[in-house]
This record gives sequence, C-alpha cells and structure tokens, in this order.
Amino acid sequence: MSILSFFDGGLVILILSIGASTIVVREAFAAVIAFVVYGLLLAVAWVRLSAIDVALTEAAIGGGMTGMLLLGAAARLRLAESTGARTGLPTRFAIAVLCGLITAGLAAAILFPPEVVPTLAPTAMENLPQTGLGNPVAGVLFVYRALDTLLEKVVLLLALLGVWSLAPDRVWGGIPGLRVYAQPNSTLTFLAQLLPPLGIMVGIYMCWVGAKDPGGAFQGGTILAAMWLLAIIAGLERAPSISQPWLRGLLVVGPMIFLVIGLAGFAWADAFLAYPPGYAKPLIVAVEAALTLSIGAALGMLAAGPPERVRQP
Amino acid sequence: MNTATWFGLCGAALVGIGLYGLIANPEPLRKILAFNVLGSGVFLLFGVIARRAAAAGLGGDPVPQAMVITAIVVAFAATAMAVALVLRLLEETGLTTLAPDKPASTGQTEAAPDA
Repeated sequence: MSILSFFDGGLVILILSIGASTIVVREAFAAVIAFVVYGLLLAVAWVRLSAIDVALTEAAIGGGMTGMLLLGAAARLRLAESTGARTGLPTRFAIAVLCGLITAGLAAAILFPPEVVPTLAPTAMENLPQTGLGNPVAGVLFVYRALDTLLEKVVLLLALLGVWSLAPDRVWGGIPGLRVYAQPNSTLTFLAQLLPPLGIMVGIYMCWVGAKDPGGAFQGGTILAAMWLLAIIAGLERAPSISQPWLRGLLVVGPMIFLVIGLAGFAWADAFLAYPPGYAKPLIVAVEAALTLSIGAALGMLAAGPPERVRQP
Repeated sequence: MNTATWFGLCGAALVGIGLYGLIANPEPLRKILAFNVLGSGVFLLFGVIARRAAAAGLGGDPVPQAMVITAIVVAFAATAMAVALVLRLLEETGLTTLAPDKPASTGQTEAAPDA
C-alpha cells in the first residue's frame, strides 16, 4: 500500500466519525462545530477525487456558509428550553437497520460497477475549444447545461423570498436580524478590517480565473458574501434593510443579464441560451461577473435571515 | 482498493448515517444537520462516479461535477429556508422539537429539506 492509500483510508475514517458525531452528540452547538470540520474534510476528499471546482464550493458553501447559518440558529435555539424527548430504543434500532440496508445497497453499487462506465468527458472536451473556455466544468455550467445554472439562480432568489416572507408584517422591509458584536479593539474588529480587502481581491480573481482554471462565479460570490457578513457582524458596516432598491437591483442583475443574453440567443444563434460563434467567452465572462455580485448578495442575505427590526428614522 | 472505491463506500455510509439522524432525532435543527450529511454523502457518490468516468485527459467527468456544484448551492438555499422556518416556529410556539405528541407542527420543517 502506498502512502496515499493510507491517507485516503485515514481521511475516510475521519469523515465518517466526525459525520456520525454531528448526529449522535447531545448538544446542538457541538454538532454544528463538528459539521464545519466535516465540511472542510470533505473538501480534501473532493481534491483527492480530482474535482477542484467542487472542493472550492464545498469548503466555501458546504462548510463555511452553512456552518455560519447553523451556528447562529443553534445559539438562538439554546436559549429555548429543550424537552429532551428522544425516539424510543426499539424504533431507533429499526431505523438503524433500515438505513444500514440502504448503505449496503449503495455500497454494492460502488463495489460492482458496470463493465463499461458511461462518460461524457470526451464529448465535453471535443466541443470545448469552440467556446473559448479552458475549464470543462465552467463549460458544462455555462454552455452545455446553462439552463440548469440559470434556474439555480432563480432557486436562490425564490429561497430568499421564502426567508424574507417569514418576517412578521410589522418589520417587512426592515433590517435582517444578524447579531452584531461591535467591540472596539477585539480580534474580530481587527480581522474585519484586515481581511475584506484581501478577500474581495480573491473573490474577483476566483470569478475571473473560473473560465480557464478551477474557480468561478459560485466560489467567488461566496467569498464576497463572507467578507460582507464579516464587516456587518463586526459592526463596521450596517446591514441593509431589505427594501433598499440597490440591494434588490444587485440581487436580480446577474439572472437578468443571463436571461437577456439567453433570449438574444434566439436572434443570433437560433436557440435559447446559445452564443454566437467567436463571442462565447466574452459573453460568459460578462454573465459570470454579474452573477458573482448577485450570488454574493443572495448568499449573504440568506445567511442574514429574515428582517427583524425596522430602521429608526 | 483504489481512491474512488474508498470514497464511494464513505459516501454510501454517510447516506445511511444522515438518513438515520434525519428520522431518529426529533429536534428540527439536528434534522437539518442530518439532511446536510445525507446530501453530502449523495454528492460524494456523484464524485466517485465522475472519477471513474475519467477520460480525455481529465481527472473526472465534468458533467456530474458541475451538477454537484449546483446541488451544493441549492442545498444551502434549502438549509437557509429550513433554518428560518425553525426559528419562526420557535418564535411562534416556543418549541424546539418535533416530538410525536405535537403532530400539528410536524409537517412544516420536514417538508423544508425537500424544497
């Protein structure tokens, strides 16, 4: 066995035990902390599976953003009394057996793969030069399956609408209830002053380089959102009220430009979301730039939660 | 066993662990966590399938990889929606559990992860 198989084995054991601890530990707070570690370990697993784009997304969104969202929720829920009710032992045993069966079925599918593994990689690479892109994953996201990507942006906006709609009527159009820890001279304030310039640069770079190398609008947008939230939490920046026209404009500008270019495809290439020959790359980079801003705004607002107070005049 | 098989078995186990937590734990926040573990197990299976389909000089099939990127973002959106529902449930009823004796509130949060 080579050193890498030991590494893989150890990583699998770590992922499984930390994943299981998010389920079995009693305290919700500890479970969320374990989940953040779990997300970062999964990102390493994605690197081992040669999927760098996915690794970046998993580390940024799966571990970072989801972790932050759940930490906030766990802190609020801790104040409420827990009834401590648990499912009975026989029921839990039955659930464990049935879930074990599902795992066994999936494991069998992994251990006995089909003789010929279906793949779209050669087709994807064959047509990639026409688009001018160098990253096949970006090619799938913005050329071959652009409709999925467009609809995914709409899903983000719908989820945000759902979150905002949960606000009571009297605070509609107010400020999200993100907690602010404004303590001058704290480490948080220092980091919130130090990191955003670097983070914004990394986010823009990530978006720009995504056409050629691993990276892209999702990863870049997430980093921008994280920097924004950091500044808000440290009290250096005020959270916007959700009725601000610039915020709403920022949220829809990405999907709008994507949709307009998609509809223009009817005129210049006879199909929805088709690009004219030779202009694919500049159009895709323009769409990605606008999407990065919209994704950043949408993810930040999703993590900030529904509005909870109205701005004082 | 090669890398892909190791992580494939890991993904299969994570699906089982996540599904167990989703059904067995009555607290909605823990259900959301378990739902995310279940989801990441499914994503990992996708990654293994992509790795096995490596061809044309690539480390893996880019189509399943792109699907997983989309899926991670959508899972985050569903999680944010579910968390907002749980916090609203707490605000309205003061409850942090979906124990069986409160059937009225069960539907809300369980439906959210599928959104």
